[in-house]
Amino acid sequence: MSTAPVSKIAAGSGPVLEVRGLSIELPKGSDRGLAVSGASFTVERGEIVCLVGESGSGKSVIAQSVMGLLPKQLPVAGGTILLEGEDITHAPLSRLRQLRATRMSMVFQEPMTALNPVMSCGEQIDEVLEEHTKLSPAERRLKILETIREVRLPEPERIYASYPHQLSGGQRQRIVIAMALILDPALIIADEPTTALDVTTQAQILQLIRDLQARHGTGVLFITHDFGVVAEIAQKVAVLRLGELVEFGLRDEVLKHPRHAYTKMLIRAVPTLAPVQRAADATAPIVLEIRNLSKTYVDRGWLTKKREVRAAMEVNLEIRRGQTLGIVGESGSGKSTVARCVVRLIDPTSGEIRLSGEDIAKLSARKLRPLRRRVQIVFQDPYRSLNPRRRVGEAIIEGPINYGLSRAEAIERARKLMELVRMDPASLERYPHQFSGGQRQRICIARALAMEPELLIADEAVSALDVSVQAQVLALLEEIRGRLNLAMLFITHDLRVAAQICDQVAVMSQGRVVEYGPAAEVFLRPSHEYTRALFAAAPGRDFAFSTETH
Amino acid sequence: MAIPNPGDAGRGKIDESLSTESADVVRHESAWERARRSWSVRIGGTVLLILLFIAIAAPWLGTVDPTLFDAGSRDLTPGKEGEITTLDGEAIKHKFIMGSDSFGRDIYSRVLYGTRVSLIVGAFSAAVALLFGIVLGLMSGYVRWLDGPLMRVMDGIMAIPAILIAIALVAMFRASLLSVIIAIAIPEIPRVTRLVRSLVLTIREEPYVEAAISLGTPAWKIMGFHILPNTVAPLLVQGTYICAFGILVEAILSFLGVGLPPDIPTWGNIMSEGRSQFVSFPHNVFFPGLFLAATVLAVNILGDGLRDTLDPKMARRT
Amino acid sequence: MYKFLARRLLATIPVLAIVAVLVFLMLRLTPGDPAAILAGDAANTEQIAKIREGLGLDRPLIVQFGIWAKDILSGDLGESFYFKMKVTSLIGQRLEATVSLATLTIIFAVFTAVPLGVLAAWRFGGWFDRMLMGFSVMGFSIPVFVLAYILIWIVSLKLGWLPVQGYKPISEGFWPFLRHLILPAITLSVIYIALIARVTRASVLEALGEDYIRTARAKGLPESRVLIRHALANAAVPIVTVIGIGIALLIGGVVVTESVYAIPGLGRLTVDAVLARDFPTIQGVILFFSAVYVVVNLLVDLSYVFFDPRIRY
Repeated sequence: MSTAPVSKIAAGSGPVLEVRGLSIELPKGSDRGLAVSGASFTVERGEIVCLVGESGSGKSVIAQSVMGLLPKQLPVAGGTILLEGEDITHAPLSRLRQLRATRMSMVFQEPMTALNPVMSCGEQIDEVLEEHTKLSPAERRLKILETIREVRLPEPERIYASYPHQLSGGQRQRIVIAMALILDPALIIADEPTTALDVTTQAQILQLIRDLQARHGTGVLFITHDFGVVAEIAQKVAVLRLGELVEFGLRDEVLKHPRHAYTKMLIRAVPTLAPVQRAADATAPIVLEIRNLSKTYVDRGWLTKKREVRAAMEVNLEIRRGQTLGIVGESGSGKSTVARCVVRLIDPTSGEIRLSGEDIAKLSARKLRPLRRRVQIVFQDPYRSLNPRRRVGEAIIEGPINYGLSRAEAIERARKLMELVRMDPASLERYPHQFSGGQRQRICIARALAMEPELLIADEAVSALDVSVQAQVLALLEEIRGRLNLAMLFITHDLRVAAQICDQVAVMSQGRVVEYGPAAEVFLRPSHEYTRALFAAAPGRDFAFSTETH
Repeated sequence: MAIPNPGDAGRGKIDESLSTESADVVRHESAWERARRSWSVRIGGTVLLILLFIAIAAPWLGTVDPTLFDAGSRDLTPGKEGEITTLDGEAIKHKFIMGSDSFGRDIYSRVLYGTRVSLIVGAFSAAVALLFGIVLGLMSGYVRWLDGPLMRVMDGIMAIPAILIAIALVAMFRASLLSVIIAIAIPEIPRVTRLVRSLVLTIREEPYVEAAISLGTPAWKIMGFHILPNTVAPLLVQGTYICAFGILVEAILSFLGVGLPPDIPTWGNIMSEGRSQFVSFPHNVFFPGLFLAATVLAVNILGDGLRDTLDPKMARRT
Repeated sequence: MYKFLARRLLATIPVLAIVAVLVFLMLRLTPGDPAAILAGDAANTEQIAKIREGLGLDRPLIVQFGIWAKDILSGDLGESFYFKMKVTSLIGQRLEATVSLATLTIIFAVFTAVPLGVLAAWRFGGWFDRMLMGFSVMGFSIPVFVLAYILIWIVSLKLGWLPVQGYKPISEGFWPFLRHLILPAITLSVIYIALIARVTRASVLEALGEDYIRTARAKGLPESRVLIRHALANAAVPIVTVIGIGIALLIGGVVVTESVYAIPGLGRLTVDAVLARDFPTIQGVILFFSAVYVVVNLLVDLSYVFFDPRIRY
């Protein structure tokens, strides 16, 4: 079969997908009545339309409603969905099944769980052909191998026979894309397909989607929350807020000249890749000094070979008072390992960790206790960082009470801290489930500050937050750092976040620090090739977003 | 909760009223409230309360001393009138609501008094199993070097079918209320240990426990404040299942003749003694059987109800 | 894959060893003189003395265990004073009845429970699901012997379809053999079905909640294929696991069922032995049943290799 560009013969000349006034209900007892209210947009042939919004905006609901995958609890309350001119809003399941994979396909967010673990990858792609075509097994196999090649996976024969757990996240996502593409549908819906992937893998997958789409002329509805991705691949943009479509237009229009207040706010909240230039005080005392830190995990099963995983190798870093050091890297780079060693949640294999001069790397638990207060950590997942059965006030005073403060004094300190993180001190009486993600993160920051540490570690502390909330929390951290003259260690995989908040940056890859220096230097003049590749992969890096203030 | 503007960030102020985070957070009802509303919990709980009442109030519910018998009142079908001889030798009139057995004993009285044994055995065997299981599970989860050998021993105990262990233990130490309770509890301890151990291991990985560690909280406080409260629900559910199992096993042991001594009336006993008459006088077997089934059913329904409301994760596991 | 198999095989050894230790301790912890207990009430002092020597009761406990273990491993489970024959022959004699009952029960239970569980999961929350869960709870709650009597009352006494009690070995004809086993097998299988159906339903439900089911539906596959090839295939491991673990329930049930239906199998043997305080037989039966349980679960573990490719490597 030829691999020349396949142009889609227009069956008609309308848009591939037309959504008019779509409204979808939420089950009773939810925080609002409609998941989606009155959304209207179109996707033309050969066009990529990005659907952007924060969590709870309804973007996934729209995506799934087009495919007819919504559960009964989310019924369509009004409006129409037209696929290539056909009204499929209330189409029977049998018709939807015919259309799925043939005229419209979907790519989901989590590649790690999107494939059936007990079936080989080839068989799973084969199911699509078996169900929708009358090809013979030999013909099917040929077509599958070709599609695997098309999504740029090496050794198609081997991939055909492999099981999902033998492939990486990026490879699995390519298989899912292969399944979606193999029958040349008119519309592909991609629901956050790169969110769970590393920056470099994300760049490759975005490139793949763009190339495939150009070659086949497919219309793509791309759901995302990342404006960088939008800038990178969208032709048109639709912005959703709490179920309402507030803005829809060409990419440049929406991103550079947004009209709706919400869109403006969102775009303003997106950090640039341009590092903040801050005067560095070279005379400030050194709060944290890491020398030759290494952490190796050894797996010694009695019948398996000894396996060593070097999570961190000979890491050297230092942070001065009042400064923020960012550790940037992809998953598996070792950045979290370093953070956890500093807080002594795991024990380093070798090296020194000096907090204001004292080495805590090898201290016993008892000797460590008095020094623990000097360094505190805020974790990534705000939904698991607080004990659901204890009031948040209890969580904040737990630390100070451990170190001898009386209950009354600790509560007083907790109140002051709640004000510092801009929350109502009266809410100390509440339980975690009564707060949103961003609010919980503020509580965790208050908890960390209650110990009056010298060093605050934020381990991907804003990664799980929506972009607008993220901006607020970052601003808060900046303010706190300034006011309390703290040293901060900021772990992140998001280059934009690092650019915004860090004075110094260390880039880690596979356990080693490959680049280390002032943020301005590292961002604008990266020397190591990994760093350069990392920046090259950042989506929308060249895009100049709106700079309007109001 | 007004949050004043945190100041500039990047390019200009962020208008927070637009942020989707400002939306109100819905108040969820607590798990315990949900549990109280559940039908399973209500039905199971009510039946158990009725049985508890019967057990306590047995002497005043129209019964006679269950060991009393009367040669003239043998094998009476339910509802018949007859006489019963008291310990002083007096013969009093008595209506045999559930009939009498081959010795002339009142089945009704025996069944009602039998409630006591079943409830005591069920409750105490669950309590003993939970107690030991919690201690061993905590030790196993916390003390690394103890974990391996302890789990091997637990595997060994679990490899022997529970009833056989109970039967064997009762064979070794003559049957008494205490030995039966222990014989039932022992095979259940490994399962509780495993449960507690896995709970400890998973809860320990939670970020909020790690936060507590970095806040300098000592291990005993972590165990008491963070770990144990999150184990109450699954342990409670497991406890009800052990209770149901205990009642069943005690009945089986008595039925097979290796349980409590025959002068203590238990449902299993009654059925065992009545089995030879089954073809002609089935009431000997059916009445205690009915009570037994109802009790175990109530406990199981209660357990299911608790599980579905308090610990949905476990509900999906079983 | 072979490493996995080897590891599983080796893992059973410590378990069996511990079982052996526990069974060994059984006799030693019983109040009274072990030799006298083993010899039985009717023994005289010479017999007791001989047994005492054979056990090595004057030697340290470890050595005693060694002697006992050596005997077990060479196939000598001792001699029952009550039945007046070697325990191994005793077990051999009763084996056929129990194996027949158990096999019939397992086949019936698995082929009934799994489809029921799948159906309940598919129609989650519907009337069938609720009915099945209700039946399942009752299956757990009604004791085996009560159920047995109910069935006997209805089927044998009132309807006269099947015999009340007894056992006919297969050598006397397949139909009589089956007739006598139908009621006991149904009685015994109820609790097993309740367990398997419940776990099947739960595992299939859990699988149906996974992302790959959404992907499968998005491919336009018919629901039957999604249910079997995707959901059930992934639920296989927990289902097979519970079939293995449920054998313990089965063994317990066998003891009672054989008692009620007067089947001359190992279950009856256990009860008789306990009533007579016949320790060699009790120990032998427990060892036998435990070994069977361990072996069955080992086979279950080994079967994972077929169901889950992640386990092969």
